[in-house]
Amino acid sequence: MRWLINVLLFVFLLVVMALWVMLPWYAAIVLTVLLAAWLLLTRRGRQALSVANVGISTLGQRLGSTAVIVVGIAGVVGVLVALLSMAEGYAETLRKTGGTDTAIVMRGASASEVASVLDRDSVTLIQQAPGIARNDKGEPIASNELVVAANLPIKGGGPDEAGSVQLRGVSEQTWTVRPQVKIIAGKRFTPGLRELVVGRGAAKQFAGLEPGQEVRLGTQKWTIAGVFASGDAMESEIWGDASVVADTYRRGSSRASVTVRLADPQAFEAFKTALESNPQLKVDVSTTLAYFSKQSEGVTKVLRVIGITVGAIMAIGAMFGALNTMFAAVAARAREIATLRAIGFPGLPVVVAVMLETMLLALIGGVIGGLVAYLIFNGYGASTMAAGSVGKLSFELRVSPDLLWTGLKWALAIGFIGGLFPAMRAARLPVTTALREL
Amino acid sequence: MKYLHLIWASLFRRKTRTVLTLVSIIAAFLLFGLLDAVRTSFTQAGQSANGAARLQSGSKLSFIQTLPKSLLGQIERVDGVKAVTHANWFGGAYQDPHNQVFSFAVAPNYLDLYPEVVVSEAERKAFAETRTGALIGERLAQKYGWKVGDHVPLQSQIFPDKTGSKNWQFDIVGIMHSSDKKTGGFYDQMFLLNWKYFDDTTPYNQGSVGWYVTRVVDVNQADRVAKAIDALSANSDHETRTQTEQAATASWMKQLADIGLIVGSIMGAVFFTLLLLSGNTMMQAVRERTSEIAVLKTIGFSGRSVLAMVLAESVLLLVLGGVVGLALATVVIPAISAGSGGMLNLPSVGAGSWVLGLVLMALIGFAVGALPAWNAMRLNIVDALAGR
Repeated sequence: MRWLINVLLFVFLLVVMALWVMLPWYAAIVLTVLLAAWLLLTRRGRQALSVANVGISTLGQRLGSTAVIVVGIAGVVGVLVALLSMAEGYAETLRKTGGTDTAIVMRGASASEVASVLDRDSVTLIQQAPGIARNDKGEPIASNELVVAANLPIKGGGPDEAGSVQLRGVSEQTWTVRPQVKIIAGKRFTPGLRELVVGRGAAKQFAGLEPGQEVRLGTQKWTIAGVFASGDAMESEIWGDASVVADTYRRGSSRASVTVRLADPQAFEAFKTALESNPQLKVDVSTTLAYFSKQSEGVTKVLRVIGITVGAIMAIGAMFGALNTMFAAVAARAREIATLRAIGFPGLPVVVAVMLETMLLALIGGVIGGLVAYLIFNGYGASTMAAGSVGKLSFELRVSPDLLWTGLKWALAIGFIGGLFPAMRAARLPVTTALREL
Repeated sequence: MKYLHLIWASLFRRKTRTVLTLVSIIAAFLLFGLLDAVRTSFTQAGQSANGAARLQSGSKLSFIQTLPKSLLGQIERVDGVKAVTHANWFGGAYQDPHNQVFSFAVAPNYLDLYPEVVVSEAERKAFAETRTGALIGERLAQKYGWKVGDHVPLQSQIFPDKTGSKNWQFDIVGIMHSSDKKTGGFYDQMFLLNWKYFDDTTPYNQGSVGWYVTRVVDVNQADRVAKAIDALSANSDHETRTQTEQAATASWMKQLADIGLIVGSIMGAVFFTLLLLSGNTMMQAVRERTSEIAVLKTIGFSGRSVLAMVLAESVLLLVLGGVVGLALATVVIPAISAGSGGMLNLPSVGAGSWVLGLVLMALIGFAVGALPAWNAMRLNIVDALAGR
């Protein structure tokens, strides 16, 4: 019989956890309101509340064991949220780089801009496609770009330590295609000269990227004209005039990609169809939003899997810590609980009371963990070699409300399991033996 | 040692509590084992005798820029060079552009410089003689179920052939096995094709070379040889940058992520929690045994031996859980490597991780046992027996 109940309990637990993971925040609020109503309005609920009050008021005397639950769960939530915020920040940075009102054209089947080559004729043809916005002079707003890598000395690194940065050769139209790019120091590069503007993120990572200074790309000296900010992945790049970059890298008149500003987002379909049905071209067309979101997919997934694996292992540890503490708490109060049962309290209020106590501690732990993760890691700068690029991508960790909610859900789930089994033991305690115990 | 039985008995005095605590410790050390394996795989990549004796020369401008083939003869003549070979990045993908296959187009003598990559004599010969031949790593072969004799189409993401098609055809002629996972492990997932076939087929390469690999006669001369190689192309439009394979790998790994910091902070959080958790268990354990300890002292156990016994108990608790956790990690890691289909290639829990883990177990054991052990030593027999 008892064995059967345990099996049922386990199945129930699995179902609850599965539902819990998918629960949106408003459903949780409904659940909380229902629980509060039950606690305040029904007889059983009020009994449970008063039993829980006794437990909660003695928490202060058990500070050590209380801290085990709170700190244990805070640790899980903190680490989980921090690791997931890395995935979130990475994806967010790349997602922000694209939009639905700009489109990128690359040679067919190219996984990224670096691998793409478009010859001069293709570039000209692409610019004649319908759907591209035009400036005052009636020219299509399109930037023909070349993406290559450059080796630059790393800031704070050894004398021979060089890192790779993505160098983008752009045409003059780029400033109109990407209005989010603002020069924050110095000025734009002069077309035709060996001048560069550098992203804020790149300037932070590599040495000597300040306006007026010179850097060596291979045997050539390039002057830094200015620094730009865009709040997205472009900030990790350095930009120069496409034709000068092509010269340095011996690329002739070929380009890697064409980024265009669309007349409006609805014009994309027409633009795409026109290019893909053109027999002279073999190109892939996507909105920049789709392109950059796709670039972030792989890395984001890996980061998320790492975060959840580490979080899950830590959660197991914290759960057993909570179980331990709550078993001890129930054992210490065996006589009180038995007394309550003897004077007529049924099992349910006792179960609910123990659960409430654990969940409260878990909630506190979850809030602390989330808060610490938010304070330390929100906006924390990180960088990695980005997939589909040839340079380091700087991004900021982002602790979003969604992530905090996920962390809180984990905390409550740990509290739920950690409280359930001790609660069941408390309710099953044989009254007579417990009363006799001293 | 003669008190082991007593310590064991007191450890399992409350089975539930000890087992629950043990599970927490196991979880913590399982995580430690996994993360330390990741950290080790990052820090040790390329760190071996073979990695130190090989130099990589790439374009100083950037790693995607190619070099002229004329450098080959010049590098061969540099004093202290044993052998030189070259390779190009092919950028292959199988079926879908996102199924990337690490593929190099290599010179015929390429594998001579990689003694840790084992290929049978007959297969080497077949590779040299088959224009469209390819050698593949054993993991790659497993992943796609390829075997010798298979005809495999690959898509290059960079290089079209003369008709503009990017579909290339290869015949698999051999399988590579690596004998040294630190430097050769990468080759278990590699796809090697003939440089000649590559250069003849694509109009975009025109005899250029992605990078040169040089094996030096004497490891201690590596720096001098590297400088001599770079001097060959100084002030030309194709300057090179030469590093030992060790240094090059380390610099790549560093650019990928600061793994040490990430692993360090996660483990900090985990061990802090563990400290609190097992500390609480030990405090409870000693508190409820107050009268028993008083009896022990009454029958003649000295304060010191009581102190030692409590400390031994907490260290035993940590070592029990820790060893099980690390052993679990040893079992789980190969499963993860296999399950990820070659995406992750983690080394197993090495001797270094075990030593570090055991030191940590002992340290945490002492830390959590210190306060209860001190209390037990200072215990006043009369007060304790009277229940005050």
